[in-house]
Amino acid sequence: MAVASPPASRGSQPKSRGDGFQINWTALLFMLPAALLLLVFLIFPAIFTFGLSFDRGRGGEFSEFVGLRNYINLFTNDPNFLRIGFPPSGALWNNVLWVIFYTFLCVFLGLLIAVMATRVRYEAIIKAVVFLPMAIAATAIGVIWSFVYFPNANTGLMNALLGIFGIGPVAFLGSPDTVNWAIIAVGVWGSVGFATVILSAALKGISTEVLEAARVDGASERSIFFKIIIPMVSLPISVVAVTLVVNVIKLFDLIFVMSRGGPGASSRVIAFSMYQEAFPTGRYGYGAAIAIVMLLLLVPVLIFNVRRFNSERVTA
Amino acid sequence: MTATTVGAETRNTDRTFSEKVTRFIGRSPVHIVLGLIGLIWLVPSLGLLITSFRPSSDMRASGWWTIITNPSFTLDNYVRVLESEGIGAAFLNSVFITVPSTLIPLVVASLAAFALAWIRFPFRDTVFLVIIGLMLIPVQIGFIPLVQGLKPTGLLTNFGAIWLTHAAYALPFGIFLLRNFFITLPKDLIEAARIDGASNLGIFRTIVVPLSVPAIASYGIFQFLWTWNDLLMSLVYVQRNAAQPMPVKITQLLGTYASEWSLLAAASFLVMVVPLIVFFSLQRFFVQGLLAGSVK
Repeated sequence: MAVASPPASRGSQPKSRGDGFQINWTALLFMLPAALLLLVFLIFPAIFTFGLSFDRGRGGEFSEFVGLRNYINLFTNDPNFLRIGFPPSGALWNNVLWVIFYTFLCVFLGLLIAVMATRVRYEAIIKAVVFLPMAIAATAIGVIWSFVYFPNANTGLMNALLGIFGIGPVAFLGSPDTVNWAIIAVGVWGSVGFATVILSAALKGISTEVLEAARVDGASERSIFFKIIIPMVSLPISVVAVTLVVNVIKLFDLIFVMSRGGPGASSRVIAFSMYQEAFPTGRYGYGAAIAIVMLLLLVPVLIFNVRRFNSERVTA
Repeated sequence: MTATTVGAETRNTDRTFSEKVTRFIGRSPVHIVLGLIGLIWLVPSLGLLITSFRPSSDMRASGWWTIITNPSFTLDNYVRVLESEGIGAAFLNSVFITVPSTLIPLVVASLAAFALAWIRFPFRDTVFLVIIGLMLIPVQIGFIPLVQGLKPTGLLTNFGAIWLTHAAYALPFGIFLLRNFFITLPKDLIEAARIDGASNLGIFRTIVVPLSVPAIASYGIFQFLWTWNDLLMSLVYVQRNAAQPMPVKITQLLGTYASEWSLLAAASFLVMVVPLIVFFSLQRFFVQGLLAGSVK
C-alpha cells in the first residue's frame, strides 16, 4: 500500500479540487476557533487602538478627534517619554540604551560562554546554570536583584562587596544615574542563557574537519575565531539579536518590580509608559498612541522574520 | 585524513605528566572565567533562598552569608506568606489561570495549524503570512479596547478575560510553530489515510497529533511558563484582588513590606518552584520550547 500511495495521492488531487467547496468548509471549521479569537482579541482591538491614538479617548472611548496631537506631544512635549538634550533621557531613550547594551552584552557573553564551555567537561552544567533564569518569573528575578542591590552594606550583597573596597553604600535603584545600568545588568543576567544555548547549538554545527583543516594550515586560534567561527554563526547571532530587541521593546515586568519606572520617571521604558499612561493615569488616547509606536518599532522585525521564513521555504 | 592523524599524535604526547600540567595551566583562565560566571549566576538566587529560611530579625541584622558562622533556620516566613499574606490563595489562582490559558491555545492552534499544513483552501499562504505578522502584535495593543469591551461582561473579575487574552495572544506563535512541524510529517502517510477514507478530523487525531507530541509539548511548556510567570497581563485583565496570581501578589508585598526580604524571598521561591520543577524534569522539551520561536 505504501508503494501504491504516491501515484494514488497524485491522482486524488484533481478530485479534491473538484469538490473543493466541501474541503473549504472543513478547513473553515478547523480555522474557526483560531480566527474568532484572533479577530476579537487581536485584529479588532488593533484597529480600535489605532483609531483611538488620534483621539483624546476620554474614558477609553472616542470623545474628541485630535489628529496627530498625541504623537506630537509624545515626541516633542513629554520629557518622561523623550527629552532630547545632552544626555537625552526618557522612556524611548532608555529603550535605546537597553537595545544597545543589553543586546550586545547578551550576544557577547553568550558567545563567550558557548565557546569556552566547549573546552571543559562540565559544559552541560555551566550551560544549565546560565540558562536557569530563563525559567524564572521576571518578578522573582526582580526580587532577587533588588535584594542584591539593597543599599545597606550589612544585608545587601553588592554593597557588602563594595564595602570591602571602601566604596558606598550605593543606592543603585534609588538614583537616576545608576538605576538604568543596574536593571540592564539584571536583564543581561536573565537572558544570557538564551543566547548561550542557541549559539552553542550553532557552534556544534560547525564541522570539526573545517577547524582541523585550518589548524593544520597553521591558522591561529584567534583567526579561527574571527575568520571561521564568527562568520559561520552570523545568522544565529542575528536571530538572537532580533529576539533580544523584541524583548527590549516589550520589557515591562522587571522595571515594574525593581523601580516602578523611578526614581521620578528615570527608568521608564516604552511598555511601562504605555501601562502608566493608560491605566493609573487614564490618558487613553495617549496610551493608545504609545501602543501604536510599540507596534511600529516591531515592524522591521516582522520584515526580517518574513524574509527569513521565505528564504527557508525556498531552500527547503 | 592527515588532520585526524595529527590530532591523534597531539593527544598521545599529552599523556606525559608535564604535558598535562602545561595543558591545565594553559586552560586555567577558561576555568577561572567559567567559575566566576557560575558564581554570578548562582549566588544571587542562593542568597534569596537562604534568606527565605532565616528569621527576619537575623535578616535585618546581618547578611545572608553570615549563615556560615551563625546558622539559624525557620519555616516561619513560608507559613506567614502562605497563610496571612495570601500567597497560598494566589498560588491556587496561578494554577486556575495557567491551566486553561495553556490548554485552550494548544487545542485551537493545533487545529488551525493542521488546516494550514494539510488542507487545501484559497488564500492559505496569505492567511499564514497574516498569522506570522500577528506574532508581533504587542499585548499593549489590546489593553484599552479589551478592558473597555470586557467590563460589562464580568469576565475581568473572574478568570474569563485572562484565559481568553492569554490564549489569543499565544495563538500566532503556536500556529506558526505547529504548522511548521506538521508540514514535515510524511506526506504519503496522510495521503494514504485519505485514500482509506479517513476524515480530516480522523487524520488529525490519529496521525498528526500522535506524531507531533514533541512539538506540541514544547509549545505547551513554553505557554505554561509564560502564563505562570506573567505579571503584566494579570495586572490588566484580572481586576479582582482575590483572583490575583502570585506575581501580582508579590509586587503588592513589595509595596507593603519594601525591606522585609525574608517574606519577599519566601514568596519569590514559591513562584519559582513550579518552573524549576518543569525545568529539571522536562529540560529537553523546555529548551526546545524556548528556542522554537527563534530558531526553527
